[in-house]
Amino acid sequence: MATPPIHPTTLAPLTREQLLRAYRQMKTIREFEERLHVEIQTGEIPGFTHLYSGQEAVAVGVCELLSDADYIVSTHRGHGHCIAKGCDVVGMMKEIYGRHDGLCKGKGGSMHIADFDKGMLGANGIVGGGQPLAVGAAIACRNRGDGTVSIAFGGDGSSNQGTVFEAMNLAVVLKVPALFVWENNGYGEHTGADYSVGSRDIAGRCRGFGMPAEVCDGSDFFAVFETMGRMVSRARAGQGPAAVEARITRFFGHFEGDPQLYRAKDETKRLRESMDCLKIFRARVTAEGWLEAGELDAIDSEVLALIDRAVAEARASSPPAEAELYADVYAEY
Amino acid sequence: MPIKSMRDAINDALHLEMARDPSIIVLGEDVSGGAGGTSGEREASGGIFGVTKGLLPRFGDHRVIDTPISESAIIGAAGGAALAGLRPVAELMFADFVGVSLDQIFNQLAKFRYMFGGKTNCPAVIRLAMGAGMNMGAQHSQTMYSMLTSVPGLKVVIPSNAYDAKGLMITALRGNDPVLFFEHKALYPRKGEVPDGAYTIPFGEASLVREGEHVTVVALARMVPFAEKAVDALAKEGITCDLIDPRTTSPMDEDTILESIENTGRLVVVDESNPRCSVASDIAGMVAARGFHSLKAPVQLVTAPHTPVPFARELERAYVPSPTRIEAAIRAVMKD
Repeated sequence: MATPPIHPTTLAPLTREQLLRAYRQMKTIREFEERLHVEIQTGEIPGFTHLYSGQEAVAVGVCELLSDADYIVSTHRGHGHCIAKGCDVVGMMKEIYGRHDGLCKGKGGSMHIADFDKGMLGANGIVGGGQPLAVGAAIACRNRGDGTVSIAFGGDGSSNQGTVFEAMNLAVVLKVPALFVWENNGYGEHTGADYSVGSRDIAGRCRGFGMPAEVCDGSDFFAVFETMGRMVSRARAGQGPAAVEARITRFFGHFEGDPQLYRAKDETKRLRESMDCLKIFRARVTAEGWLEAGELDAIDSEVLALIDRAVAEARASSPPAEAELYADVYAEY
Repeated sequence: MPIKSMRDAINDALHLEMARDPSIIVLGEDVSGGAGGTSGEREASGGIFGVTKGLLPRFGDHRVIDTPISESAIIGAAGGAALAGLRPVAELMFADFVGVSLDQIFNQLAKFRYMFGGKTNCPAVIRLAMGAGMNMGAQHSQTMYSMLTSVPGLKVVIPSNAYDAKGLMITALRGNDPVLFFEHKALYPRKGEVPDGAYTIPFGEASLVREGEHVTVVALARMVPFAEKAVDALAKEGITCDLIDPRTTSPMDEDTILESIENTGRLVVVDESNPRCSVASDIAGMVAARGFHSLKAPVQLVTAPHTPVPFARELERAYVPSPTRIEAAIRAVMKD
């Protein structure tokens, strides 16, 4: 029941259904994070949390190119990647609340959400910890020979890690379908990327390892989708690793509670006006006549209801039983 | 029964299991060797200690993967491959190199199953060549297993002979947890009876190498043949020992050690590691907690000193616990 494409991208034409779905995914991530920002202040959510608001077009622009058989490896700022890859939103919320019926039984938390049925191999609390894992999953893709790919999400922060350099080189040496997505949001923790990334050119670094790399506007879903689409296609065709550096911003701090003293006072306010991927997407699809504003409004309402339900269910659920402390350290011991 | 070296016994295990299970891959520095270069000769190495010989010609370069010298990427790739359905065997070459890959071992592979709520296994085997005795200096001679035994989620295997090495490796390759498989370099050429076919040895079951009544001696890896010498020499004087080789330190067969101490009341632990927070101190602590009332004498620990491994022959000989020191410790524990 495929409908004809209405947005003629160079490689992967988008149908109406795909556009609606992309919007819904981005909106779900946004509302999930904005709601967490509020709920965290009640003190009910344990630990600390890194929000993805502002970067939605990257996760969704990448993951809309993938199927459940493709892999992603995520970061400490992973909620957006999880939702974009299809993780259950209610299960995620329960996990972040530390509930027994969370996606990882309340034993992972915000930084350790995984869903193997969806090809989501895990968020990661270690900056630069995921890229080597993605190369390993890419070896599995190559050996299966089924055209699947493995994506490593990382930020400007992890682009400085030695583990990442090792991983990129190994991917090129083995010519496996590993793709490195760099979400350059301008800050690694509380330090500017213009300070910490010596060359100020993450894509250029990737080219130095011998893979093609392109820069795109991370606030534009279509730019991410098309740029990444080219890289995914060549990887599926056995042409090896590639990278995309998406220039983007985050609307919140490094973690919740971060006073963000390293940012100009009106910076996030300004960026919410100029670099909001949802506004940019909505303006484009309505101006082009691809979608009606009313359709998007309807999605907005449905998403808000979903997030309300996720929070209500998470709050009503119970913590893991104490015996769970000892479970699943090993498959057998 | 065929006689094989420990090197060939482990090689046997890899050949048999790779033929049986197409999901097993081997990766590491020079596991084959000869990729690139000017001669074009593949399998120029077969593993720096020859343990992976013959795998590349038989199984091809999608399953026998030479990597750059990038330990984090090797171990990380093994972890990612395991999450994606393969059974990787990663060679770290020298156990000392665990330092440049440690995050991937203890923060990633060890924790996947637990922190993801039991929804995945991580069946990766990491091979590490360890131990002093070959004058390889401070960065190529350590044991490292004590540190890693303390990490929940990892299994730690430390064979002392060819027969055990093959059976334990096959168990590792058929299991579903990350396994650190420590191979003592000085034991690679040591020969023993090894059947040609596949067999498994369960983890967490110690081997009773000698039976006796006066002293319980627990030893690991190369310390097992050293302890055999000491125990056999003392047997001629009428001092007989239980010599226990735990074979795996995680899981650890505590019961076999405790049962032996109930009979002997005396314990000597021999461990090539440095003494602090070591397997030796771990066993001594376990016996103090669970077997104190059986003890007739203070526990004797025979370990390396709290120093790096020295280079000069004479110093390295003084560093490694010797059969003479083990014998002296057994005599000492008999005095009380």
